[in-house]
Amino acid sequence: MQDQDVIHEFLVESHENLSRLDQEIVVLEKQPEDAALLASIFRTIHTIKGTCGFFAFSTLERITHEAESLLSQLRDGKRKLTPSLISLILETVDSTRTVLASIEANGEEGPERFENLVERLRQAAQSPGKVESQTNSDLVPAPLTKTQGESGSGETPEGRKPEKNGAKPSAATDANIRVGVGLLDKLMDLVGELVLTRNQILQFNTEREDAALNATSQRLNLITSELQEGVMKTRMQPIGMVWNSLPRVVRDMAVSLGKQIELEMDGTGTELDRTIIEAIKDPLVHLVRNSCDHGIEPPEVRTQAGKRAQGKLTLRAYHEGGQVNIEIGDDGAGIDVARVKQKAVEKGLLRPEQVEKLSDREVLNLIFLPGFSTAQTVTNVSGRGVGMDVVKSNIEKIGGIVDVFSRPGEGTTVKLKIPLTLAIIPGLVITSGGERFVIPQVSLLELVCLEGDSSEKRIEHVHGTPVYRRRGSLLPVAYLNEVLGLKLSEQADVVSMVVLQAEDRQFGLVVDGINDTQEIVVKPLGKQLKGLTVYAGATIMGDGRVALILDVLGIGESAGVLTESREQSRAEAEQKSQARIEQKRLLLFRAGSFDRLAVPLSLVARLEEFPRSSIEHASGCPVVQYRNRILPLVPLRSLLEPGTPSHNQASDPVQVIVFNNNNRSVGVVVDEILDVFEEAVTIRQKSTRKGLLGSGVVGKRVTDFLDLNHILQASAEAWFEGADGPASGKNILVAEASAFSRGLIRSGLDMEGYRVREAANQNEAIRRMEQEPIDVVVAAQDLPPNGGATLLEAMRERPEWKQIPVLALADSIDPVQSTAAQAAGFQDCRAKFEREAMLESVARLASATVSTEMEPVCAGEEK
Amino acid sequence: MASDIAIPKFELKQTSGQFSTFFVADLFFGVDVHSVQEVLRFQQMSHVPKAPEVIEGLINLRGQIVTAIDMRRRLKLPPRAADQEPTNMVVRTDEGAVSLLVDEIGDVLDVDDATYERPPENLDSAARDLIRGVYKLKDRLLLVLDTERTVNLTCEALRSAR
Repeated sequence: MQDQDVIHEFLVESHENLSRLDQEIVVLEKQPEDAALLASIFRTIHTIKGTCGFFAFSTLERITHEAESLLSQLRDGKRKLTPSLISLILETVDSTRTVLASIEANGEEGPERFENLVERLRQAAQSPGKVESQTNSDLVPAPLTKTQGESGSGETPEGRKPEKNGAKPSAATDANIRVGVGLLDKLMDLVGELVLTRNQILQFNTEREDAALNATSQRLNLITSELQEGVMKTRMQPIGMVWNSLPRVVRDMAVSLGKQIELEMDGTGTELDRTIIEAIKDPLVHLVRNSCDHGIEPPEVRTQAGKRAQGKLTLRAYHEGGQVNIEIGDDGAGIDVARVKQKAVEKGLLRPEQVEKLSDREVLNLIFLPGFSTAQTVTNVSGRGVGMDVVKSNIEKIGGIVDVFSRPGEGTTVKLKIPLTLAIIPGLVITSGGERFVIPQVSLLELVCLEGDSSEKRIEHVHGTPVYRRRGSLLPVAYLNEVLGLKLSEQADVVSMVVLQAEDRQFGLVVDGINDTQEIVVKPLGKQLKGLTVYAGATIMGDGRVALILDVLGIGESAGVLTESREQSRAEAEQKSQARIEQKRLLLFRAGSFDRLAVPLSLVARLEEFPRSSIEHASGCPVVQYRNRILPLVPLRSLLEPGTPSHNQASDPVQVIVFNNNNRSVGVVVDEILDVFEEAVTIRQKSTRKGLLGSGVVGKRVTDFLDLNHILQASAEAWFEGADGPASGKNILVAEASAFSRGLIRSGLDMEGYRVREAANQNEAIRRMEQEPIDVVVAAQDLPPNGGATLLEAMRERPEWKQIPVLALADSIDPVQSTAAQAAGFQDCRAKFEREAMLESVARLASATVSTEMEPVCAGEEK
Repeated sequence: MASDIAIPKFELKQTSGQFSTFFVADLFFGVDVHSVQEVLRFQQMSHVPKAPEVIEGLINLRGQIVTAIDMRRRLKLPPRAADQEPTNMVVRTDEGAVSLLVDEIGDVLDVDDATYERPPENLDSAARDLIRGVYKLKDRLLLVLDTERTVNLTCEALRSAR
């Protein structure tokens, strides 16, 4: 039943292909050598064959299969094209038409099997010589003739409905025209412009009192709306297109799970924009599978519960308020709230006490948390293995909403609310610095208006960084005027702030004014402005002027509320702050028996909570995946008090302070974040304990100051020491003239965790070595000015450098060179671009030396 | 109109036909008349914060959003007088329509290929990149503007603006 549409499409397409074939074959007769033409004919036949196999149209499949073999020989030049072969191919085309006509009329291929044609095709393909004689002598007295396919004008007697055949155009092609998507998109664009113009005229109309203009503009208004709707429809496809595959999915699932499931689909004709159809395909399949798997119970359980043995899965789609609602409901057991809670705790997503506070509805939504679903892989396109979190994020990506309703014993319904189209989106118009901007509604969480005396107080500053206390948690705040370099507005009594969501992070954006929401037509920016990440595009407002659409992610990044864009300034701040810690704001926290520890807040990149379950281990060191990076964790407890367990097992999620050092981030695991404190403090007592700078009085209580340098070092050591035999963090000097080669070598070493210094020639190399201790030197044999060997000589003349191992890099390696290199005093010799060998050699040389700069300290090791 | 004097091949395609002319400060420019889509009087513009400074803003050209590039700044010339409204000259480029803000529009001129010459070597670097060549007209010099280069704001141009 649901195949009907697909078959219909197949028919339309095949009819088109066949008419093209007629022409092509006739041309081919005149130019039998045209390989491109042959290839095209072959492809057409091949496509039909493939589709037939899919629908199990065996007769058609056999005909086309034989024709395909024949054509492939022709295409490959294994035989010459003769008129009789052409006739045979044309006959194939005609027969194919006959069968297609039958399929169109009756939904099946009809009784005629075309054995004769198939046989002749096969023979023609097998024995080149015979083909002519056979067709000519009509060996087989079958009721088929009419091999002259003058574009199919001849009747083919074997078809059950010959009148459907030949010259009479097929009904399937009659009612439809195939139009390129590009044209439809263009139409959509034009309509978008028309809508904008209409808006302008309407605005203009309200300013004048002209009855004629009024009437005309009203009419324009109506027509435009209708046209917009009509053009939108051309890009619409019924949701049935996606649903078609579901009965099969359900059936297969039911069989494999031993369940009985009936699928009911309601609203198959509900239409959606084609881009959206694509986007919801996988999530839908996943939701349906989920319902079959977890929702509907096995028959015995159902009968026991007094239900019908056969479970029922209902898909509904309907329009509502400019959106499409899709519901996937089952009459299964429903979601067991208690079990979800338990699972959330087990998986370490929430603490038991957190779970207890949640409402049932909130608990249900836990199933969308990443990590909740059991599926590990998230990239499977076929829809299998996609977790509910991915379903949610995919739906949200296109501006949709997912909701889940469940009643114990009665079933679960997942409801998707999907926008009709992506080309016209709702947006919030705001003003800042005298300009208007649009924020896509999708990214908008809430509007906050800070009024009166409290307005200034409620945006507080942490070391110069504005934050807002939003229902108990701190929200980083950015000022749009600052982000965009607009002129600052005067201090207003009312501060307007929009709370935005970019990916999974939130931030507040202070704007000068919030206007209203509007449907906007998204238009791309010119290439000259493509580099600006803060804009997603532009649109035209009712007054005809252009307004920029803000890219929330770009704004967040640009403002530094989302990324480590301030890394550099932080690193600089770090150096200074170590010296004068006393003026800083301090972050107070607790770890192990240290009840009050402090670090300057300015050094803190971020405070994070990670569920305990997300902590993984990389070669023995705890790490978490954090913003597409691996973040090594330093358990502060065991660092300060060796021997204690590294985690407070009870705490989940784990509290982590993230520090950035150059390009490296480190997460320090603490037991609890206590407070942020601002007070002039002085360090009264130097500490002898590793990891602590000293103690001071903060808030009238003695507080220990963390030695961040030590922590970072320890983490680097622990992280890389654990990672790979050679003590990393070692300094490797790469002396090589070509910047390109240096880059290649460097990238390999960087990956291994070495600190790489570069030098382009001998003098530079020596300067580098004078600047800081180097553990291993990797020198190109052709190093300017006089080769790597002279660098080696120079090094051996200085006692402090005598022991540094030097690895020679040659363009290619052969035994002679290798021996020569070792004779010259190089510790080893490798080919420049054999990365593995080079790394292996460096590792060996590096491990033979004791790091000159940093003592190898592992986390938790007291020295 | 074509002259008998042989013209080096590589210059041929740039030197035929008519030129739409315009003024930027005291410079007299021309672009191939076919590349000009339209000329508009000064339009209201939406400023684009953070954009390179040569970008004056965005205009709504019948529903199409077009970037306007200020030719004074593009050529590193002093800004025009406050009361002087620039004119939009919308040119078609590989990157779509772009509006060039010029001081004043001149006539469409037929030029004699024989008067063509490559730009002088000592031209200021900001201008040298953008000027393909010079026609020595009777009373003045007509500079041929390379529109593709003009609208192609390279990294260098972007950087200087940030």
